[in-house]
Amino acid sequence: MSRADEELRLASRAVADGLLQTELSVPGIHCGGCVQRIEQAIGKLGGVETARVNLSTRRLTVRWQDGAEPPPLIEALDRLGFAAHLGEPQQDKRDPVMAGLIRALAVAGFAASNIMLFSVSVWSGADGATRDLFHWISAGIALATLLYSGRPFYVSAWKALRHGRTNMDVPIVIGVSMAYGMSLYDTFHHGPHAYFDAATSLLFFLLIGRTLDHAMREKARGAVTGLARLIPRGANTLDADGRQLYRPLGEIAAGMTLLVPAGERIPVDAEVTAGRSEIDTALVTGEQAPRPANPGDHLQAGMLNLTAPLTLRALAPAQDSFLAEMTRLMEAAEAGRGRYRRIADRASRLYAPAVHLAALLTWLGWMIAGADWHRAADLAVAVLIITCPCALGLAVPMVQVCAARRLFDRGVMVKDGAALERLAEIDHVAFDKTGTLTLGTPAWIETDEAAPHFELAASLAAHSTHPRSRALKTSLPLLPFTDLTEEPGLGISGRFDGALYRLGRIEPDGGTGLFRDKTLLAEFRFTDQLRPGAEACIRELALPAEILSGDRSEAVRPLAERLGIADRRAGLTPAGKVARLEELAAQGHKVLMAGDGINDAPALMAAHVSFAPAEAAEIGRNAADFVFLRGDLTALPATYALCKNAARLVRQNFALAIGYNALALPLAVCGYVSPLVAALAMSLSSVAVVANALRVKS
Amino acid sequence: MMDSYFFLIPIALSMGAVGLAAFFWNLRHGQYDDMEGAAQRILFQDDKPDVPDRR
Repeated sequence: MSRADEELRLASRAVADGLLQTELSVPGIHCGGCVQRIEQAIGKLGGVETARVNLSTRRLTVRWQDGAEPPPLIEALDRLGFAAHLGEPQQDKRDPVMAGLIRALAVAGFAASNIMLFSVSVWSGADGATRDLFHWISAGIALATLLYSGRPFYVSAWKALRHGRTNMDVPIVIGVSMAYGMSLYDTFHHGPHAYFDAATSLLFFLLIGRTLDHAMREKARGAVTGLARLIPRGANTLDADGRQLYRPLGEIAAGMTLLVPAGERIPVDAEVTAGRSEIDTALVTGEQAPRPANPGDHLQAGMLNLTAPLTLRALAPAQDSFLAEMTRLMEAAEAGRGRYRRIADRASRLYAPAVHLAALLTWLGWMIAGADWHRAADLAVAVLIITCPCALGLAVPMVQVCAARRLFDRGVMVKDGAALERLAEIDHVAFDKTGTLTLGTPAWIETDEAAPHFELAASLAAHSTHPRSRALKTSLPLLPFTDLTEEPGLGISGRFDGALYRLGRIEPDGGTGLFRDKTLLAEFRFTDQLRPGAEACIRELALPAEILSGDRSEAVRPLAERLGIADRRAGLTPAGKVARLEELAAQGHKVLMAGDGINDAPALMAAHVSFAPAEAAEIGRNAADFVFLRGDLTALPATYALCKNAARLVRQNFALAIGYNALALPLAVCGYVSPLVAALAMSLSSVAVVANALRVKS
Repeated sequence: MMDSYFFLIPIALSMGAVGLAAFFWNLRHGQYDDMEGAAQRILFQDDKPDVPDRR
């Protein structure tokens, strides 16, 4: 059985007797036509029971009979023109938190509209026994709603109080339950006013904000987990008796013999025991130029084997490999970042005590002025209701959802709302070099196909998978070389027209040249290809920028000069990058870090806010706050501009919400706010905030 | 007047409750999992019944 089949089987899970289910992420699906083509083609494959595409998440779910070998799903999709990656095997399909929020929202909506129906009758003049009946029915519906839909708020408020803090949910919970208690008392004593409608519609509006906030996060997470994995799920191992067995990553132990073919990544930290090859270490160290691998060399997990198969001895299991060290650094960095408080939380820290104080003063004031305690409490509740942070609760998530939607359309995923807030604050940018400012693939400097001997070189290069060979690809017809052999470190050689040609390393300086019978014919020079939009990105951000690279300084300098970045650091370890970011943070800078490698992951976590391209290693993508999918660095300044716009709208929304409170509060204190006025004011301020949020532009 | 309340109010409330129950049922059976796809699928020619997706 082939490696690809093994990977497919490892990524599947059993759903029924003899039936396996595989989730594939197919980012290229974009319309109903794609859905139909894929479902038909995959459904016809032998062994496939059902194939179903989810257009919203761009995923394909296939159920197949567990037979001799799995159906060729990825190949079939490839023939249709869709690139596909295996999804995570044990990913549960639905998000329980989201489902809970939607159910709470539905119940609150149902209750609010029904209670409002009774309230309108009361406001329009129902009295006596009718009014009491309506109040009692409302009280029943409201109680059930408060118990069911209010849970997210109680839980969050309790968590905050237990840790001696207060958040936006504390005044909400107090306001809602006091309003309910007061109204219940009034209903019992045949009072004319009840706030059941206010209490439930408040929950309804607040749950909208909560649900939107959560939905945004889930969407981004779904899109990011759908990207290709770079680290393999397993490796071919060689047993003592010479048998080959494909084992999942978790089962690989130190001392096992691993076989890694050309073009695969090293699964765990290992030592070369046989074979000679070249290794691309860009993801691990940030070096762009490949490095030779000979018996005795140590390799780290995540490096890419370029030219020839290698036999390795595993030095550590996956959980103790290079990746694990990065995870430890990331955790340390994350602890430092916990200091950031979301703007809504900061607002509520001032807001909650102010509201409670206002309500208390109202009560005291009216008591001193000679009102009976019931009248005073009624007014205090009116103050709590009218100042309840309904608009405030919507102010931030509405803007952020609109902003995330705009970013999604431009191919930028954002992990959560806090990232949008943090990006608007940056005053310094740090870039990784290989794979971020550059594409990490070499490009031939001259690019002129009429260059001397290019045709010979390109014809030889077509038979090699070495990155430099690929850079010499051509549309010209290939010359018929014979006796092709590729030797790691030396290059590829072949016969043509009676002469032996070799395309490969020039000793001793390491350039690439074309030789005929050992005489140098031409040298081909390569440069790391600049990522599209890199120059525009630096120009448009117009912030102090620096390069933090793990590569040699000779490799960093030309690029830095070309981009006009004076501040550059080369040869940095992952911890070195984090240290530099911490130094900047200690000087009071808020730094944006953009990086892609495994070695960048801790720095991405340590920075104030971070970006990673879609081709980044999983660990880097997960650490970054933003992932840009279109490969173009101009996504950075565009996102930055949008976040600044969003931050301005958030401030406007706060001004709207607080201005409205400033207006309504005196009315409530003086006793002019009836339940009808409270309901109107609450809805109007929420609508105003939502309408303002829709103005986010990119 | 009071008599009609005994019919109308329960009817109004139960209609709302039926709607709510229907929404919960839809949610549990995954009818909102792929809103974009559902919008496109009505245009497909071949009218195969959906694959039941039970767990």
